[in-house]
Amino acid sequence: MSHAYDIVVVGAGPAGLAAATAAAAAGRKVAVLDDNPHLGGQIWRAGAGKSARDGARERAVTAFGASGAELFAGYQVVDAVASPGALQAWVTAQQRLERFRFESLVLATGARERFLPFPGWTLPGVFGAGGLQALVRGGYDLRGKRVVVAGTGPLLPAVAAHLKQDGAEIVMIAEQAKMRQLVRFTASILWRPGKMREGLQLRADLHGIPYRTGCWVAAVEGDECVTGVRLTDGSRAWVERCDMLATGFHLVPNTELASLLGCRVTDTGVEVNAEQQTSVTSIYCAGEPTGVAGVGAATVQGEIAGLAAAGQAAAAAQLYKRRDAEASFGRALTRAFALRPEVLTLGEPDTIVCRCEDVRLGELQRRAMRYRNWTDAKLQTRCGMGPCQGRVCGPALEAMFGWRNVSVRPPLFPIPVVALCSPPSQEIEVSIPETQENSR
Amino acid sequence: MEAFDAVILGAGIVGAACAYECAAAGLRVAVVEPGVPCGGASGVGMGHLVVMDDSPEQLALTHYSRDCWHELRSTLPDAVEFEECGTLWVAADDEEMQAVFAKQKSYAEHGIRSEVLDERSLREAEPNLRDGLAGALRVSDDAVIYPPAAAGYFLASAERIGAKLLYGRRAVAAQKGDVVLEDSTQLSAGHIVIATGTDVSLCPSIKVHPRKGHLAITDRYPGVVRHQLVEMGYVKSAHSLTEDSVAFNVQPRKTGQLLIGSSRQYGELDGKVDPEMLRKMLQRAVGYMPMLAGLAVIRVWTGFRAATADKLPLIGPTADDTVLLAIGFEGLGITNAPGAARLVLHHMTQAEIALDPRPYLPCRVGSSEAFRA
Amino acid sequence: MPDVHSSGGSVTVRVNDERVEVPRGAMLITALLKAGAACRVSVSGEERTALCGMGICFECRARVDGVPQQRTCQIVCRDGMTVDTQR
Repeated sequence: MSHAYDIVVVGAGPAGLAAATAAAAAGRKVAVLDDNPHLGGQIWRAGAGKSARDGARERAVTAFGASGAELFAGYQVVDAVASPGALQAWVTAQQRLERFRFESLVLATGARERFLPFPGWTLPGVFGAGGLQALVRGGYDLRGKRVVVAGTGPLLPAVAAHLKQDGAEIVMIAEQAKMRQLVRFTASILWRPGKMREGLQLRADLHGIPYRTGCWVAAVEGDECVTGVRLTDGSRAWVERCDMLATGFHLVPNTELASLLGCRVTDTGVEVNAEQQTSVTSIYCAGEPTGVAGVGAATVQGEIAGLAAAGQAAAAAQLYKRRDAEASFGRALTRAFALRPEVLTLGEPDTIVCRCEDVRLGELQRRAMRYRNWTDAKLQTRCGMGPCQGRVCGPALEAMFGWRNVSVRPPLFPIPVVALCSPPSQEIEVSIPETQENSR
Repeated sequence: MEAFDAVILGAGIVGAACAYECAAAGLRVAVVEPGVPCGGASGVGMGHLVVMDDSPEQLALTHYSRDCWHELRSTLPDAVEFEECGTLWVAADDEEMQAVFAKQKSYAEHGIRSEVLDERSLREAEPNLRDGLAGALRVSDDAVIYPPAAAGYFLASAERIGAKLLYGRRAVAAQKGDVVLEDSTQLSAGHIVIATGTDVSLCPSIKVHPRKGHLAITDRYPGVVRHQLVEMGYVKSAHSLTEDSVAFNVQPRKTGQLLIGSSRQYGELDGKVDPEMLRKMLQRAVGYMPMLAGLAVIRVWTGFRAATADKLPLIGPTADDTVLLAIGFEGLGITNAPGAARLVLHHMTQAEIALDPRPYLPCRVGSSEAFRA
Repeated sequence: MPDVHSSGGSVTVRVNDERVEVPRGAMLITALLKAGAACRVSVSGEERTALCGMGICFECRARVDGVPQQRTCQIVCRDGMTVDTQR
């Protein structure tokens, strides 16, 4: 099946919805693709609880619904070329590949959590912070469960507040950043009324939950599942009993599709100009992939990208000031939640680093091998060769060893052989045959 | 200026094996590699240790070298994942079945163990192959390894006994016992071994033809395939110098992942995945094994095999008697690496070798015309 | 906008032959978590379950309705769906 649109937006989170809404309102034929069954991306994931804080989400969703842009939910982009513009998306529910042609593309692929390895982090019961929130929104019942939230970033208190609302008992929040970094950060947002309001609301929601800075998880305790976590502040250590650990170390941008298309990507994220245009003319990028900076930045960047892609440069320019203000918030976030050296050296030699291939830290540190870069380590240890394609271990290896994964090839996500084996213009339906192995 | 008995250019599987042999023989060795070890064809191929009978000389070399791998097996670390799963040469019809019998005969004459499977025993050996195949030849002593770990082991072992590994450095000139690196470092060498894969810029009179191939690796499906499966038509495909072709070739890895190949393209220098070639390759594979259709592909990549005009590698001295070649292995670089390394050592030190080195000598090619396809 | 907790009703799926009831609209991973079942066993024999909750880590892969290697955090539960831990 093949579709043609003026503008295709990849990602239906805040940036993608804003871009699609703006472009459709300007009269363009717009499609939005997202691999999740519902729109909202991560931060606006559909789920329990509607509160005043969801006002922005409701406005965005309503505007999108009225815009005329078409949503393709459950579509995962696996390959794309810039010129002539075309992408291939795998539709899991129908087990087929569909092709979209476009004049312009807006990448709003969001960000994912950064995980760092420490002893016990692979135990059932250890989840990402955003990960646990996503699971709860997906129906996971946490009522009465004791949860420790640990790592770094503004996501930790936000997740803790939501989990508490959903009935979990939040034992504590352990933030690795030093108090003085956070004080500086708070001072930097004092003049932003919106952010201050959010911060104060959050503080009220977290009333009674200890939020400790300058401490981190040294190890997870438990044999088959989590029974507690050992925390440390660098001098003393103590154990908190809990049923689960929600852990994450801020976010890293999802830049894979941009790289595949040949867009220039730096340490911060995808390089864009004032109009959110990447180094490839027909490709725009908005939100976290250009640099993690939160919902406000994503929304305004998305709107600029949508307007620019639709040829409305003047309207887009009116949003620059708001965008620049949000960008400085993003930079403040990065400074505040920078990783301290201690959290990069929590692993022991038998701590797993690559979860797909069970590659342990000791193998990556073998002095005889002296791995020179990501490719070297990957070839020798198989680290990064599993189905996640290095999305989990990659950010950890970059933080710990300075290795960056620069090679991105299609398919961007695993897809069945049959999807690669039929011409994209043909609609291919497959009923997955029983394997001999599973029919024994 | 540092002096060595042997300076090996290239840390792919062949260069690594040469470093290992030469160091073990007591030579003072240096290895020069501009990238990372095994970062070329050796790191992207299938790691199939296979005897190949496209010519008597190739059969001799692959048999000898496969035996070398078996000798090495007990010293190789677990990471090399040496699995003696054997090869099944699959015959689709009676004509190919005749070729199976002929192959068995020629292997037997060379002392290589193999057995013919009929349609029923093939189905028992590999239940997921489609019905209606005529049979196969099982070569039980063929095996599968993970080449980067083997190259890593060879290089680390060589280094432990004194070899110098110079990574991230590129040779810009190599002749008359002198190697000059890009950073102006000079190395003096009793012998220089050129094991640089598809890059023959240091020996301009030599021509190799890069033969682009595609591979796909699946998620884990343990027990689905037990042997390396290759169609009898593979030999035809591997030997065309001018036509693009695909052939059914599937390898089970220890983890249950399947490596699916193979393709060959002529004159193609762009490393990007070619969707049309990939499609043909996978369609052919699904034709032999229908249930492959539903398996998840995690990654697809390409690599370039260095082929010579007569399909045999060039191993031995050039007109400059300090410069030895070890290049042009096409799809048999992994299999032939230890055999090539022993040939190289023989040429350097006249060490005895139970293989006739003459068919692989660079000078066999004669005039410069013969170097070009 | 489907809201897992407020739309009401439930569906029943089978997790390793055990019947598990979950709210309508819930993701399949939550049924596995509720049953206390791991999704898969890793290369070195560790039991694993979801980590990222958003289809990126591939830890939540299980056999769904007979098809292996499916990411259960991306699949909405349907009545009668079966999911088995992958060994």
